[in-house]
Amino acid sequence: MKKITFSVIEGRSGGYLALLGILGAFILGALGATYYMEHNGHHVTGMNNQIVWGTPHVFAVFLIVAASGALNVASISSVFNKTAYKPLARLSGLLSLALLTGGLLVLVLDLGRPDRLIVAMTYYNFKSIFAWNIILYNGFFVIVGVYLWMMMERRMNKYTHAAGVTAFVWRLVLTTGTGSIFGFLVARQAYDAALMAPMFIVMSFSYGLAIFLLVTMAAYKWTDRPFGDALFSRLKNLLGVFVAGVLYFVMVFHLTNLYATEHHGVEAFLLRDGAIYTQLFWIGQVLLGSLLPLLLFYHPTWGKSRTLVGLGALLVVIGGLIQMYVIIIGGQAYPLEMFPGKEVSSSFSDGVINSYAPSLPEVVLGMGGIAIALIIVVLAVKVLGFLPNSLADEDVDPHHKAS
Amino acid sequence: MEKENSLLDQARRAFFGKVAAAAAVTVAPGMVLYQVAQAKPAAEKVTDKVRWGMLINTTKCADGCDACVTACETEYGWGPESEPLSAPNQRAQWIRKVKLTDKATGYAQTLPLMCQHCEIPPCVDVCPTGASMKRVDGIVLVDKHICIGCRYCMMACPYKARSFVHENLTDQNVNAPRGKGTVESCTMCVQRVDNDGIPACVEACNAENHNAMFFGDLNDPQSEISIELAKNGGEQIRGDLGLNTGVRYQGI
Repeated sequence: MKKITFSVIEGRSGGYLALLGILGAFILGALGATYYMEHNGHHVTGMNNQIVWGTPHVFAVFLIVAASGALNVASISSVFNKTAYKPLARLSGLLSLALLTGGLLVLVLDLGRPDRLIVAMTYYNFKSIFAWNIILYNGFFVIVGVYLWMMMERRMNKYTHAAGVTAFVWRLVLTTGTGSIFGFLVARQAYDAALMAPMFIVMSFSYGLAIFLLVTMAAYKWTDRPFGDALFSRLKNLLGVFVAGVLYFVMVFHLTNLYATEHHGVEAFLLRDGAIYTQLFWIGQVLLGSLLPLLLFYHPTWGKSRTLVGLGALLVVIGGLIQMYVIIIGGQAYPLEMFPGKEVSSSFSDGVINSYAPSLPEVVLGMGGIAIALIIVVLAVKVLGFLPNSLADEDVDPHHKAS
Repeated sequence: MEKENSLLDQARRAFFGKVAAAAAVTVAPGMVLYQVAQAKPAAEKVTDKVRWGMLINTTKCADGCDACVTACETEYGWGPESEPLSAPNQRAQWIRKVKLTDKATGYAQTLPLMCQHCEIPPCVDVCPTGASMKRVDGIVLVDKHICIGCRYCMMACPYKARSFVHENLTDQNVNAPRGKGTVESCTMCVQRVDNDGIPACVEACNAENHNAMFFGDLNDPQSEISIELAKNGGEQIRGDLGLNTGVRYQGI
């Protein structure tokens, strides 16, 4: 195995500038959307007093979950000592910080009073899992930042393992916290399940690695650096395992609910009668976001095509966003059960399926979060050596034998 | 001479009369204010010796009557007029009338639903900043100054009792500093209760002679509400959650 060398990308090509321009346009759009929504108030969005968390939360929670998962590759290298992943550990750490930044910005910019962010940072109710998350997110920045420093500063390399273990434990706790935001909602039929926390962890593995694979593929293709088939195949196979893992958790979650009569209403809504939510679940999340990627990854010939595997990873990302939509919006669309056995009606949408249609500014804000995450990566790889010069198999894996 | 004295007396009487009237006009408001101040000094701390609660007899709650809702709207200035730009499902509702029909028997009833002022309120548990809070006397409130508008309390509330303000508001009622981007809900008319009054909804229900709503101290066994609860009982909505609500219902 050769010594791994990292170098910054040149970053002067027309393609690079075009990429910056496109991402910048999305970010400007998101800032405009935020100004529009905050200036007018949330009445210009599709959100209401029944569906209180809308599309921005779908993007924000997706990005925050993915952020923790993007650290997978670094963890596998530093915690589990898999040498082949070591060259990609820096990018993995960078991507996780970038995704968390994007997700948190969307979350904050959708607050009713984003101008009071300082209040959120100075007033803590320690019984609130939300307050814990604020601490967990801030801690993640610090810990992964230090971890990157240990990896990138030669004199500090000896602490990489310790920092990697800390980051690994922290991100598991962090995603437990994110899943528990929903798991702790005791009054809502679609949430209130301990399974939410581990399910979110497996979802983070899947989303994060899918984004990581796409970013790595793009970076190595656009900079003409080699990316070996064996390493690519390992990442792809790992992603497949995670996708199947998410599917397993989703299945257990719904099967458990289906067994309990009190949950039949909400399950019938999500799985059978929920119109858009049912379609999104079966077609978007299960078929396009899980089964099709698995087919693409593990098919004997398609699984060797970079294009098709890349498509599979993209489908995992889209399927993940859809899954978040079904969880967050679909879960709120089902009415609160307050009076079992009674038909309920009121002027406040009691007893009816709540309606929600995403508005353009909400979508633009969410897309802006993705753009912010990506632009951080695009800029960072030009400034610091995050990318190894080569990911060719003989360069990254001491045991690799050319076949 | 006598005539002169008589005139003098009249003038004297008139003078004293005016002085007395002026004194009354000057001192009376002070006396009233003094009495008000004596009723409940503003500095007096809210005590946990009382727990304010409500009891609603749904058998007396008339279908079609929304006096409680209207009274609350008037007291706090919420309602369609205050949020003209918001869609109906975006407008705040601090209290609402809910109609229930038993699926098996067809038995129909109505009841007012608002913040249930839980002893262990989920909204207070989940609030990241502590803006959602419970006073020691059991009244659950939102501190509008530290609410960041995250809406997690709305996700957590089992009763959908909270509303988010979706647009700019003007001419707010002095009783309710409502504002865009923050969450609000029934305050159990805390400003009335602190001055020994009763909530506007209860007052309105009584004024209609329906008398379906009781307000009082749940900790005081001699209070009307406690006596009625001891005699005829009262259910909690979603009692399975174990929140020990301050609002109880009969006939559900």
